[in-house]
Amino acid sequence: MKARVFVTLKGGILDPQGKAIEGALKSLGIEGIESVRQGKIFDIDVATEDRRAASALLQSACEKLLANQIIENFAVELP
Amino acid sequence: MNAAVLLFPGSNREQDAIRAIEQATGKKPWLIWHGERSLPSRTDLVVLPGGFSYGDYLRCGAIAARAPIMDSVREHASRGGLILGICNGFQILVEAGLLPGVLMRNVNLRFVCRMQHLRVERNDTPFTSHYAKEQVIKVAIAHGEGNFEAESGTLNQLEGEGRVAFRYCDASGALGGAANPNGSANDIAGIYSQNFRTLGLMPHPENLIDPLVGGTDGRGLFESLTSFAAAA
Repeated sequence: MKARVFVTLKGGILDPQGKAIEGALKSLGIEGIESVRQGKIFDIDVATEDRRAASALLQSACEKLLANQIIENFAVELP
Repeated sequence: MNAAVLLFPGSNREQDAIRAIEQATGKKPWLIWHGERSLPSRTDLVVLPGGFSYGDYLRCGAIAARAPIMDSVREHASRGGLILGICNGFQILVEAGLLPGVLMRNVNLRFVCRMQHLRVERNDTPFTSHYAKEQVIKVAIAHGEGNFEAESGTLNQLEGEGRVAFRYCDASGALGGAANPNGSANDIAGIYSQNFRTLGLMPHPENLIDPLVGGTDGRGLFESLTSFAAAA
Protein backbone atom coordinates (compact mmCIF):
# COMPACT_ATOMS: atom_id res chain seq x y z
CA MET A 1 0.00 0.00 0.00
CA LYS A 2 1.31 3.45 -0.87
CA ALA A 3 0.91 5.91 1.97
CA ARG A 4 1.82 9.54 2.39
CA VAL A 5 3.05 11.15 5.59
CA PHE A 6 2.94 14.91 6.12
CA VAL A 7 5.21 16.56 8.69
CA THR A 8 4.53 20.23 9.37
CA LEU A 9 5.76 22.79 11.87
CA LYS A 10 3.42 23.42 14.76
CA GLY A 11 1.65 26.77 14.81
CA GLY A 12 3.65 29.46 16.58
CA ILE A 13 7.02 27.90 15.72
CA LEU A 14 9.05 30.42 13.74
CA ASP A 15 9.75 29.12 10.22
CA PRO A 16 12.58 31.20 8.72
CA GLN A 17 12.65 29.04 5.57
CA GLY A 18 8.93 29.55 4.99
CA LYS A 19 9.40 33.28 5.54
CA ALA A 20 12.24 33.41 2.97
CA ILE A 21 10.12 31.52 0.43
CA GLU A 22 7.20 33.84 1.14
CA GLY A 23 9.45 36.84 0.52
CA ALA A 24 10.77 35.34 -2.74
CA LEU A 25 7.25 34.65 -4.02
CA LYS A 26 6.25 38.21 -3.24
CA SER A 27 9.33 39.57 -4.98
CA LEU A 28 8.39 37.52 -8.07
CA GLY A 29 5.17 39.50 -8.14
CA ILE A 30 2.96 36.50 -7.35
CA GLU A 31 0.01 38.28 -5.83
CA GLY A 32 -2.31 37.15 -3.09
CA ILE A 33 0.05 35.06 -0.96
CA GLU A 34 -0.50 35.77 2.71
CA SER A 35 1.99 33.39 4.28
CA VAL A 36 4.09 30.28 3.58
CA ARG A 37 5.13 27.51 5.97
CA GLN A 38 7.42 24.78 4.77
CA GLY A 39 6.91 21.12 5.65
CA LYS A 40 7.88 17.65 4.46
CA ILE A 41 6.10 14.86 2.60
CA PHE A 42 7.22 11.21 2.77
CA ASP A 43 5.85 8.74 0.20
CA ILE A 44 6.08 5.38 1.89
CA ASP A 45 5.38 1.92 0.52
CA VAL A 46 4.11 -0.31 3.31
CA ALA A 47 4.08 -4.09 3.04
CA THR A 48 0.57 -4.55 4.39
CA GLU A 49 -2.79 -3.91 2.70
CA ASP A 50 -4.47 -3.66 6.10
CA ARG A 51 -5.28 0.01 6.69
CA ARG A 52 -5.32 -0.22 10.46
CA ALA A 53 -1.94 -1.98 10.55
CA ALA A 54 -0.47 0.51 8.08
CA SER A 55 -1.75 3.42 10.11
CA ALA A 56 -0.28 2.04 13.34
CA LEU A 57 3.04 1.34 11.63
CA LEU A 58 3.32 4.86 10.22
CA GLN A 59 2.21 6.45 13.48
CA SER A 60 5.09 4.68 15.16
CA ALA A 61 7.51 5.71 12.36
CA CYS A 62 6.50 9.34 12.88
CA GLU A 63 6.85 9.19 16.64
CA LYS A 64 10.21 7.44 16.52
CA LEU A 65 11.89 9.32 13.68
CA LEU A 66 9.99 11.23 11.01
CA ALA A 67 8.69 14.03 13.22
CA ASN A 68 10.26 15.90 16.11
CA GLN A 69 7.14 16.32 18.19
CA ILE A 70 8.56 19.27 20.11
CA ILE A 71 8.13 21.39 16.99
CA GLU A 72 6.31 19.28 14.40
CA ASN A 73 2.91 17.73 13.81
CA PHE A 74 2.35 14.77 11.52
CA ALA A 75 -0.54 13.33 9.55
CA VAL A 76 -0.80 9.97 7.82
CA GLU A 77 -2.77 9.64 4.57
CA LEU A 78 -3.74 6.19 3.32
CA PRO A 79 -5.37 5.44 -0.06
CA MET B 1 40.15 10.33 32.44
CA ASN B 2 39.03 7.76 29.91
CA ALA B 3 37.18 9.37 27.04
CA ALA B 4 35.33 7.84 24.11
CA VAL B 5 34.75 10.00 21.04
CA LEU B 6 31.90 8.75 18.88
CA LEU B 7 32.21 8.67 15.12
CA PHE B 8 29.12 8.91 12.93
CA PRO B 9 29.11 8.97 9.13
CA GLY B 10 29.64 12.68 8.43
CA SER B 11 31.30 13.61 11.73
CA ASN B 12 34.25 15.86 10.93
CA ARG B 13 35.48 17.36 14.21
CA GLU B 14 36.39 14.13 15.94
CA GLN B 15 40.13 14.69 15.52
CA ASP B 16 39.80 18.17 17.04
CA ALA B 17 38.02 16.66 20.04
CA ILE B 18 40.64 13.94 20.34
CA ARG B 19 43.45 16.52 20.26
CA ALA B 20 41.80 18.68 22.95
CA ILE B 21 41.20 15.70 25.24
CA GLU B 22 44.68 14.32 24.75
CA GLN B 23 46.18 17.72 25.54
CA ALA B 24 44.23 17.92 28.82
CA THR B 25 44.56 14.31 29.95
CA GLY B 26 47.78 13.11 28.35
CA LYS B 27 45.80 10.12 27.18
CA LYS B 28 44.43 9.37 23.76
CA PRO B 29 40.65 8.81 23.76
CA TRP B 30 39.01 5.84 22.09
CA LEU B 31 37.30 6.50 18.79
CA ILE B 32 34.06 4.52 18.72
CA TRP B 33 32.10 3.77 15.55
CA HIS B 34 28.37 4.50 15.74
CA GLY B 35 27.49 0.92 14.79
CA GLU B 36 29.01 -0.45 18.01
CA ARG B 37 26.60 -1.47 20.75
CA SER B 38 28.74 -0.84 23.79
CA LEU B 39 31.22 1.67 25.17
CA PRO B 40 34.56 0.60 26.68
CA SER B 41 33.75 -0.37 30.27
CA ARG B 42 35.96 2.26 31.92
CA THR B 43 34.56 5.19 29.95
CA ASP B 44 34.28 8.37 32.05
CA LEU B 45 33.40 10.79 29.26
CA VAL B 46 31.56 10.30 25.97
CA VAL B 47 32.05 12.99 23.33
CA LEU B 48 29.73 13.49 20.38
CA PRO B 49 31.79 15.62 18.00
CA GLY B 50 30.77 18.23 15.46
CA GLY B 51 30.13 17.63 11.80
CA PHE B 52 27.21 16.84 9.55
CA SER B 53 26.16 13.34 10.53
CA TYR B 54 24.17 11.72 7.73
CA GLY B 55 24.46 14.97 5.77
CA ASP B 56 21.92 16.60 8.11
CA TYR B 57 19.25 14.53 6.33
CA LEU B 58 15.73 14.67 7.79
CA ARG B 59 16.74 16.97 10.68
CA CYS B 60 20.22 17.73 12.02
CA GLY B 61 21.28 14.89 14.28
CA ALA B 62 18.00 12.97 13.86
CA ILE B 63 19.41 9.85 12.24
CA ALA B 64 22.58 9.70 14.33
CA ALA B 65 20.41 9.96 17.46
CA ARG B 66 18.94 6.56 16.56
CA ALA B 67 22.32 4.85 15.90
CA PRO B 68 23.07 1.54 17.67
CA ILE B 69 25.68 3.11 20.00
CA MET B 70 23.13 5.56 21.41
CA ASP B 71 21.50 3.01 23.73
CA SER B 72 24.81 2.62 25.54
CA VAL B 73 25.19 6.41 25.64
CA ARG B 74 21.78 6.55 27.34
CA GLU B 75 22.92 3.90 29.84
CA HIS B 76 26.11 5.88 30.46
CA ALA B 77 23.95 8.95 31.15
CA SER B 78 21.69 7.08 33.55
CA ARG B 79 24.78 5.88 35.47
CA GLY B 80 25.78 9.54 35.92
CA GLY B 81 28.56 9.37 33.32
CA LEU B 82 29.87 12.50 31.62
CA ILE B 83 28.64 13.37 28.12
CA LEU B 84 29.76 16.28 25.95
CA GLY B 85 27.95 17.08 22.70
CA ILE B 86 29.55 19.76 20.54
CA CYS B 87 27.66 21.40 17.66
CA ASN B 88 26.24 18.47 15.67
CA GLY B 89 26.81 16.45 18.85
CA PHE B 90 24.49 18.86 20.70
CA GLN B 91 21.90 18.41 17.93
CA ILE B 92 22.22 14.63 18.32
CA LEU B 93 21.73 14.86 22.11
CA VAL B 94 18.50 16.84 21.80
CA GLU B 95 17.22 14.50 19.08
CA ALA B 96 18.05 11.55 21.35
CA GLY B 97 16.07 13.14 24.18
CA LEU B 98 19.17 13.40 26.39
CA LEU B 99 18.79 17.18 26.51
CA PRO B 100 15.59 19.22 26.09
CA GLY B 101 14.64 21.65 23.33
CA VAL B 102 15.50 21.78 19.67
CA LEU B 103 18.09 23.46 17.43
CA MET B 104 16.35 25.27 14.61
CA ARG B 105 17.64 27.02 11.49
CA ASN B 106 19.54 30.21 12.38
CA VAL B 107 17.01 33.00 12.42
CA ASN B 108 18.82 34.98 9.70
CA LEU B 109 19.09 31.79 7.56
CA ARG B 110 22.87 32.15 7.33
CA PHE B 111 25.53 29.62 8.20
CA VAL B 112 27.66 31.46 10.74
CA CYS B 113 31.38 30.76 10.92
CA ARG B 114 33.24 33.20 13.14
CA MET B 115 34.80 33.78 16.53
CA GLN B 116 32.25 34.30 19.27
CA HIS B 117 32.29 35.40 22.88
CA LEU B 118 30.48 33.33 25.48
CA ARG B 119 29.65 34.01 29.10
CA VAL B 120 30.33 31.08 31.43
CA GLU B 121 27.17 31.03 33.54
CA ARG B 122 28.50 29.00 36.46
CA ASN B 123 31.77 27.37 37.41
CA ASP B 124 30.57 24.70 39.82
CA THR B 125 29.99 21.98 37.22
CA PRO B 126 32.25 19.19 35.91
CA PHE B 127 32.70 21.16 32.68
CA THR B 128 33.54 24.67 33.94
CA SER B 129 35.52 24.53 37.21
CA HIS B 130 38.62 25.94 35.48
CA TYR B 131 36.74 29.10 34.50
CA ALA B 132 35.54 31.96 36.68
CA LYS B 133 31.81 32.54 37.11
CA GLU B 134 30.62 34.92 34.35
CA GLN B 135 34.03 34.77 32.68
CA VAL B 136 33.87 35.83 29.03
CA ILE B 137 35.66 33.40 26.73
CA LYS B 138 36.28 33.53 23.00
CA VAL B 139 35.75 30.40 20.93
CA ALA B 140 34.71 29.48 17.39
CA ILE B 141 31.21 28.86 16.08
CA ALA B 142 30.32 27.22 12.76
CA HIS B 143 26.70 26.20 12.27
CA GLY B 144 23.56 26.76 10.26
CA GLU B 145 21.15 25.24 12.78
CA GLY B 146 22.09 26.54 16.20
CA ASN B 147 19.00 28.48 17.12
CA PHE B 148 18.07 26.90 20.45
CA GLU B 149 14.35 26.90 21.13
CA ALA B 150 12.17 25.19 23.70
CA GLU B 151 8.65 25.52 25.00
CA SER B 152 8.31 28.32 27.55
CA GLY B 153 7.82 25.83 30.37
CA THR B 154 11.04 24.04 29.42
CA LEU B 155 12.95 27.33 29.12
CA ASN B 156 11.70 28.44 32.52
CA GLN B 157 12.76 25.12 33.97
CA LEU B 158 16.25 25.37 32.41
CA GLU B 159 16.66 28.89 33.78
CA GLY B 160 15.17 28.05 37.17
CA GLU B 161 17.46 25.07 37.63
CA GLY B 162 20.54 27.02 36.50
CA ARG B 163 21.05 24.69 33.55
CA VAL B 164 22.22 27.28 31.03
CA ALA B 165 25.95 26.60 30.64
CA PHE B 166 26.99 29.35 28.23
CA ARG B 167 25.31 32.40 26.71
CA TYR B 168 26.35 34.28 23.57
CA CYS B 169 27.65 37.73 24.48
CA ASP B 170 29.95 40.46 23.22
CA ALA B 171 33.57 41.01 24.31
CA SER B 172 32.40 42.91 27.39
CA GLY B 173 29.98 40.17 28.40
CA ALA B 174 26.84 42.07 27.34
CA LEU B 175 24.03 39.89 26.00
CA GLY B 176 21.62 40.42 23.13
CA GLY B 177 21.55 42.18 19.77
CA ALA B 178 24.33 41.33 17.34
CA ALA B 179 26.08 39.26 20.03
CA ASN B 180 23.48 36.54 19.47
CA PRO B 181 24.56 34.87 16.21
CA ASN B 182 21.54 32.67 15.56
CA GLY B 183 18.45 33.88 17.40
CA SER B 184 18.69 31.37 20.27
CA ALA B 185 16.16 31.89 23.04
CA ASN B 186 17.70 33.71 26.03
CA ASP B 187 21.06 33.81 24.12
CA ILE B 188 21.58 30.16 25.03
CA ALA B 189 24.74 28.61 23.57
CA GLY B 190 24.81 25.48 25.74
CA ILE B 191 22.76 23.63 28.35
CA TYR B 192 23.20 20.98 31.01
CA SER B 193 21.14 17.93 31.85
CA GLN B 194 19.37 17.87 35.20
CA ASN B 195 22.35 16.17 36.90
CA PHE B 196 24.88 18.53 35.22
CA ARG B 197 26.77 15.54 33.81
CA THR B 198 25.68 16.09 30.21
CA LEU B 199 26.56 19.29 28.37
CA GLY B 200 25.48 20.22 24.86
CA LEU B 201 26.80 23.37 23.21
CA MET B 202 26.94 24.79 19.70
CA PRO B 203 30.37 26.52 19.92
CA HIS B 204 33.67 24.68 19.46
CA PRO B 205 35.90 24.93 22.55
CA GLU B 206 37.97 22.03 21.15
CA ASN B 207 39.26 24.36 18.42
CA LEU B 208 40.66 26.93 20.85
CA ILE B 209 43.37 24.98 22.64
CA ASP B 210 46.48 26.24 20.87
CA PRO B 211 47.74 29.85 20.62
CA LEU B 212 48.77 29.04 17.05
CA VAL B 213 45.12 29.00 15.97
CA GLY B 214 43.90 32.07 17.78
CA GLY B 215 43.50 31.35 21.46
CA THR B 216 43.28 28.85 24.27
CA ASP B 217 39.96 29.74 25.89
CA GLY B 218 38.60 26.29 25.09
CA ARG B 219 41.20 24.48 27.21
CA GLY B 220 39.40 25.20 30.47
CA LEU B 221 36.52 22.93 29.57
CA PHE B 222 38.73 19.90 28.97
CA GLU B 223 40.90 20.67 32.00
CA SER B 224 37.76 20.96 34.14
CA LEU B 225 36.60 17.53 32.96
CA THR B 226 40.01 16.05 33.65
CA SER B 227 40.05 17.47 37.22
CA PHE B 228 36.51 16.24 37.82
CA ALA B 229 37.30 12.71 36.64
CA ALA B 230 40.52 12.63 38.69
CA ALA B 231 38.62 13.61 41.85
CA ALA B 232 35.79 11.12 41.27
